[in-house]
Amino acid sequence: MNYLRRCLFLTLLLCLYTQALFAVIEVYEFEEEQQHQQYERLIDELRCPKCQNQNIADSNAPLAKDLRQKVHEQILDGKSHEEIVQYMVDRYGDFVTYRPPLRPVTYLLWFGPFVGVFLVLGILVWRTRRMARVAQQALTQEEEAALAHLLSQNSTKDPIE
Amino acid sequence: MKRLILYSVPLIFFFLLGVFLWQGLDKNPQELPSALVGKPLPEFELDGLLQDGTIDRNQLLGQPFLLNVWATWCPSCAEEHEYLNQLASQGVKIVGMNYKDELEKARLWLSTYGDPYQVNFVDDKGEYAIDLGVYGAPETFFIDSEGIIRYRHVGVVNDLSWRQGLKSQYDQLK
Repeated sequence: MNYLRRCLFLTLLLCLYTQALFAVIEVYEFEEEQQHQQYERLIDELRCPKCQNQNIADSNAPLAKDLRQKVHEQILDGKSHEEIVQYMVDRYGDFVTYRPPLRPVTYLLWFGPFVGVFLVLGILVWRTRRMARVAQQALTQEEEAALAHLLSQNSTKDPIE
Repeated sequence: MKRLILYSVPLIFFFLLGVFLWQGLDKNPQELPSALVGKPLPEFELDGLLQDGTIDRNQLLGQPFLLNVWATWCPSCAEEHEYLNQLASQGVKIVGMNYKDELEKARLWLSTYGDPYQVNFVDDKGEYAIDLGVYGAPETFFIDSEGIIRYRHVGVVNDLSWRQGLKSQYDQLK
């Protein structure tokens, strides 16, 4: 039983691990481990222009393959992360990176979510404060009487009409 | 009054969202702006398709032209080919770039369907295509006599797209 349970757990765990299934087939050789990491990071961050929403790591479009090759070539040439991203942006525009540069047209993209969160938080704080203030106010004698009246009226009624 | 303002917030939000989505309806998400518009055609030296020897950038300049990226594996290229023939017969200079294709098939294609290209060069590895920011075929670049890219059209060149903007782009080339 315990064994079965463990198998089930492992199977479920494997279901969560989908990344490798989409990974690309070709194998590139690197001189250093650091270059390999740079490659992985770049193909994860560069977007395939041909496909609407895949990075070039996940896409099997011929163009994505060409671009991966280009990235590999440039890493071997000793180019930096920024240089390679710039190379792609020069040719394919900002679309090609999943980390768009910060400039006036992308302000909404970068800051929009934070502005939204702060706005909602602000409204929330403002509302709870107001509620607390209302709750703190003691009732006047007249209001107490009205409340007692309402409650007594309600309790004499049949709850299910 | 306060209630009125409060109630109008979702309404205003709805309208803003409506405007935003409405203008998105006519847009083609597949169409990307070219990063090369306003920039010179990148340097290259590639083999000719029909003639021996290589073709380079300088040989093409002097007169405005269309640089058409095509391949025999591309169905839309077949669709636009007849229209390119027509444009060529009207005196439009068209240069072809045969993109990641089989050369024999490409030559056969031109002898079968006609050759609208003044000259054709071969980018069999797709390297120059990356320099141009090509992400599919067909693509057509509008290049002025000095070799500056003025416009890039993604998709089929036909009577409709020519009349709806491409012609005026071409006429503006100097």
